[in-house]
Parts: sequence; structure tokens; C-alpha cells
Amino acid sequence: MSDEINVNVKMDLKGLACPLPVVKVSQQVKKMKVGEVLEAETTDPGAHADFPAWAKSSGNEILKTVKEEKSTKFYIKKLK
Amino acid sequence: MDPAKELEGIKKQLEEIKDGSRNKLSMIVFSGDLDRLLAAFIIATGSVAMGLEVVMFFTFWATPALRDKKKKAKGKDIFGKMFGFMLPRGTRKVKLSKMNMGGMGTAMMKYLMKKKSIASLEEMLDLAAELGVKIYICDMSMGLMGFKQEEMIDYPGVEFVGVAKFLEEAGNSKIQLFL
Repeated sequence: MSDEINVNVKMDLKGLACPLPVVKVSQQVKKMKVGEVLEAETTDPGAHADFPAWAKSSGNEILKTVKEEKSTKFYIKKLK
Repeated sequence: MDPAKELEGIKKQLEEIKDGSRNKLSMIVFSGDLDRLLAAFIIATGSVAMGLEVVMFFTFWATPALRDKKKKAKGKDIFGKMFGFMLPRGTRKVKLSKMNMGGMGTAMMKYLMKKKSIASLEEMLDLAAELGVKIYICDMSMGLMGFKQEEMIDYPGVEFVGVAKFLEEAGNSKIQLFL
């Protein structure tokens, strides 16, 4: 498939509550190189609003959001 | 004077002002209640994630929450001893502002937080330190309640300051909060 995403780092944030998912993601993205993709899996319902808000203000991009049965996977691309 | 050069200088200054005020959050932490302190730390750590520099200024009832339970200070007067005895010694001893019910409510809340994997106040304080959240403690509150610097927690870069220091930070901040 053409929309296959090449994941560089995976993070398991299941069970963590606000503000930890967004704090951990921001710390992780800081360590990555521009263009790399992070897959963050979370069970925190607040992440649906928080991750896009974080991405917007930090200038990064959420490529895709995949809802699974009990969790959601966010694919975040570091843009700067 | 060269107008182009002058314009360039003004542009640079404007950029500096914009940068200075864009990336900081200053917070006065006044309350010593568990719930409010939790909110303060959630906002503080979340702000670091959002790319902000964070300064927390602890004053009045929030001051005793930053005492170290293992440390003791000598040479206090009778009022200092009284405050020391009556106010909580550290984050573990603070209580909910509502539904405390003689400590039962607070204990239940802590149990629920653990069950739902919500970070405790102690964990939040560690996280804040790790993220580089700056903590200032109001010198006047310390003096008023008879607390001494040697009985406060070992937080990286903690400073004992007055209101002017807070206002200097607040003046350069995009967001200012009072909790």
C-alpha cells in the first residue's frame, strides 16, 4: 500500500493518564530526528484532543490516528 | 542615521520581545490543597510538553507542601514550632479541599488515583524536576510561618525569592496563573 507508514520508534503509553502521554511523547520527539515517525499507543481518552493540540503548537504532524479495540495509535512525524 | 539599519534594529528588538513572552508560563501556587496542587503540577508539566518554560512561585499555604518530611530545622520560636506542627510536612500530608472527611476522602482519592494510574503529587514533583520546571519559594511566607530553608525539599534549582522576582518572570510570560 502507498500509505504504509515507516515507524522509527514505538511507545506504549497504555494506562497512563493526563498529562503523562503528552509529556512523554514530547520528550521522545525531542530525541528524534526530523522526518522520523513515532507510533504512540494510548488508552487516555483525552489524547484525542491533546495530541493534535500538542502537534499544532509544537509544529509537528499527526499522520494518522488508528482506533483499536481498547487503545488508539497515533503516528506522529517530527517536522522540526 | 541609516533608516534601514534602524528598522533592522527595531525588528530585532520586537522579535526578542515576542520570543521572551511567547514561551513562558508563570504560576502562583497559593493553595496547600491536594487537588489544587495536583492541578498546578499537571498544568506545569503539560506546559513543558507544549514547549513552554515554566516557573512556579509557591506562597502561603502551598509553602509547607514543599517541606521535606525527613528534615528538621532547629532554633524556631514558639509560633514557628506551632506552624511547623500544624501545617503539613510535605506533599504526602496535604489534603483535599473538599470531601476530606477526616482524611478518609483524601485516602480514597489517592487509592482511586493509583488504581486509574493517575500520577501522585510526589510523582508529579519528580517529573517537574526532571522536566526542568523552576520552583521559587516565597521568602516572606517562609519567614511568616517560621520555616527554614534547611527543612525544604532538595529540588533542583529551587530559589527563595520575593514578589519582584515572580513579577519579573510573569512580565515575560505568555500565561500567568494563580492557583
